[in-house]
Amino acid sequence: MAQTLLHIENLSLAIGKADILSHVDMRIDRGEVLGLVGESGSGKSMTALAIMQLLPHAAHASGRILFDGADLLTRTEDQMCALRGDDIGMVFQEPMTALNPVKTIGEQVAEGIRWHTRCSRAEAEERTRAILDRVGLPQSRFPLSRFPHELSGGQRQRVVIAIACALKPRLLIADEPTTALDVVLQAQILDLLRDLVEENRMGLLLISHDLAVVADMADRLVVMRHGKVMEQGETASTLKRQEHPYTRQLAEASMHVPAARQAAPARPRTDDAGGNASPETPPLLAVDKVVRDYAGRRTSLFSRPAPFRAVDDVSFSMEPGHSVALVGRSGCGKSTLARMILALDQPTGGAIRLAGQDLSHLEGEALRPFRRRMQVVFQDPYGSFNPRHKVERLVAEPLHLLDSQPSRSERRERVAEALAEVHMPPDSMDRYPHEFSGGQRQRISIARAVITRPDLIVADEPVSALDVSIRAQILDLFAELNGKLRLAYLFITHDLTVARAITDEVMVMHEGRIVERGSTADVLSAPRHEATRALVDAAPDLERAIARRLSRA
Amino acid sequence: MTAYLLKRLAIGILTLLFASVVVFAVLEVVPGDPARLMLGMNATEDAVQALREQMGLNLPLVTRYVTWLAAFATGDFGRSLTYSVPVIDLVAERLVVSLPLALLALALSTVIAIPAGLFAAARRGRFADTATMGLAQVGVAIPNFWLALLLVYVFAVWLRLVPAGGFPGWGNGFWAGIKALLMPAVALALPQAAILARVTRSALIEVLGEDYIRTARAKGLPRRRVLWRHALRNALIPVLTIMGLQFAFLLAGTIIIENVFYLPGLGRLLFQAITQRDLIVVESVIMLLVAAVIVVNVLVDLSYAAVDPRLRTRR
Repeated sequence: MAQTLLHIENLSLAIGKADILSHVDMRIDRGEVLGLVGESGSGKSMTALAIMQLLPHAAHASGRILFDGADLLTRTEDQMCALRGDDIGMVFQEPMTALNPVKTIGEQVAEGIRWHTRCSRAEAEERTRAILDRVGLPQSRFPLSRFPHELSGGQRQRVVIAIACALKPRLLIADEPTTALDVVLQAQILDLLRDLVEENRMGLLLISHDLAVVADMADRLVVMRHGKVMEQGETASTLKRQEHPYTRQLAEASMHVPAARQAAPARPRTDDAGGNASPETPPLLAVDKVVRDYAGRRTSLFSRPAPFRAVDDVSFSMEPGHSVALVGRSGCGKSTLARMILALDQPTGGAIRLAGQDLSHLEGEALRPFRRRMQVVFQDPYGSFNPRHKVERLVAEPLHLLDSQPSRSERRERVAEALAEVHMPPDSMDRYPHEFSGGQRQRISIARAVITRPDLIVADEPVSALDVSIRAQILDLFAELNGKLRLAYLFITHDLTVARAITDEVMVMHEGRIVERGSTADVLSAPRHEATRALVDAAPDLERAIARRLSRA
Repeated sequence: MTAYLLKRLAIGILTLLFASVVVFAVLEVVPGDPARLMLGMNATEDAVQALREQMGLNLPLVTRYVTWLAAFATGDFGRSLTYSVPVIDLVAERLVVSLPLALLALALSTVIAIPAGLFAAARRGRFADTATMGLAQVGVAIPNFWLALLLVYVFAVWLRLVPAGGFPGWGNGFWAGIKALLMPAVALALPQAAILARVTRSALIEVLGEDYIRTARAKGLPRRRVLWRHALRNALIPVLTIMGLQFAFLLAGTIIIENVFYLPGLGRLLFQAITQRDLIVVESVIMLLVAAVIVVNVLVDLSYAAVDPRLRTRR
């Protein structure tokens, strides 16, 4: 066992009276990648924070965390400070908030180097340049004087990785390092991590809820649930055999396709011009040559800024009951387009018609009858509810769009009906949103969306904040409601598995334009445009990952 | 950056203009004819009319406003009705007391509040935090004039360390002047410091929950260093905002405090001018105070940009 870098023995952790971890054992060898998988609340992040000894105040840990033979739990704070950032580096989930907004990236990378090595400012700067260059932020384009807000999410994550790897730690902990990034960036960041780990023979603890990501990266796998280790072993064989029922459940959920969809007949395709398929009955939604410009950044006080075109000449149409995915990388303009369809923003040019009526220049009261016909489901089931309102009020909110206001008892009845639609018990109505889990909250937000019996639901990344098994249930629900209420969906996502699971048609957006469209199966199996290919290639796929692992072995 | 600066400046000037309209209008509607006041109750109606003519009081409102504003902008504040000297001389003479007093109080409150906020935030939830914040709560509740009286009793009457009031003038040496201003400054600063300490603490606690604090800790920096190097600067924006707003209260506070300590400052001048209906002095002093508050708030806006680089690139 001379190779063992980190050995966690019988680690238990309690915060106040709540048990967070119980009897966790795991081991990482030098140069090894250990994948830690589990759903939210399974204790993955707490395990990482326990290794770093950055636990919340009230936390109490017992057991042993041996790093190079010495128990981290018995180290003093000063000793831990010497280890953190030098021997153990950590990369966090959310690159948008992981960097100090008021300090330059150079300062933030150099800070750790200077603190640990006590080297001169010039030397620290030299090393900072080298590591930033190594993580793909060359001096010529990303000088040290850049501030975090001048970088994109992927670039910021590279800075965080540079901070963590600057002193070539022996152990790198990456807690959901790519969850907040789109698939193409995810693939790039994972490649970078893999290379850094190989170059420096680091041990890597890769934490993810996504089995496919871990399967591709990790030599060995630990599956956690409710603070306990369910199963651990060599990645390929563990996933191939799927002996443990929970591992099997996770694997199945991550490849889930709703049953209702599989049997769905192929629907008629819409024509490419975005015009009406038949002149008599206009399509449910017609987007016609829509353009949206934003004012660009002013370069000097007197010159007019060049506008930035977020959406560029987009046309398509949707029929009732049709389910369409709008996929693309972050920043491609898909959310801007969705905002315009929902009449939350006005296009600079072109028209958006709902059942033949142009919405693009209506405002306020005139939009009411149309708002009732289209509703929205947002990504974050935590942020999209007013925490001080009860579910009844939250779900009933869109009812003000109706022409005649229902009485109190009618209102309760309609809310109960909508909740039943999403398989929530009627008594949830009298509770507050914080009493529900993420999946339940997303059901409630779907209930809110269907209460006015809309024809169209725009869903902006509706499952990307959810765990795989919850995600599978919510996808089932979407599929079921599609059949039952003849709802049309516009799914906005960067996740191709979601598109594959529940949509008939897919449109790929790239730099404001729709570059490819067609039936979901066709587009995803034989992508023609470069942007589509990049998305398809980068998408983590569990079966492919296992096959690759087995062939390597 | 230039655009941001110009915009802030323009907003400041507009606010000043608006304030001038209000000041002018309010003093227009308050009872009391300046001409009658100058000449006394026994003066004949003809004499009053003649003086009104001479002072331009019979001109239309707008004309008078414009003339007043133009004169004010060029530094001609008019002559005081009671002292019969140019207002500018009066103001200048008082400013050398009030300005050092305000700056001293501001400096004191900052020097007390920010370390106290840091101290409490670093020990959040522990006894030291509760004690510091309890003390701050008391500080918020104490009115500054009462604190002033208490200070006079303890330090001047009892310990005889400082004079109980009055101002020897800067001519008698720098330290004699500072010594006279010290107690009034403390009386002004403590209640302000109490509020500022609470704001600093809560801003820091919010910032300490941010992800980048965890990143900094993961680099191996000790808690103290993270607090000073990473948290403080991010917490500074709400602190600066409150400091800007407090400056106005500080000026209002000087009116009371200068009376308690018999300091010949602007606040006391204003108080006397109001009781004597010396409207020209009142107008000028109020406008000066308004201008000071606006200048301070423009400076606060500019300091935001110095603290937060994200504001520098925004239009």
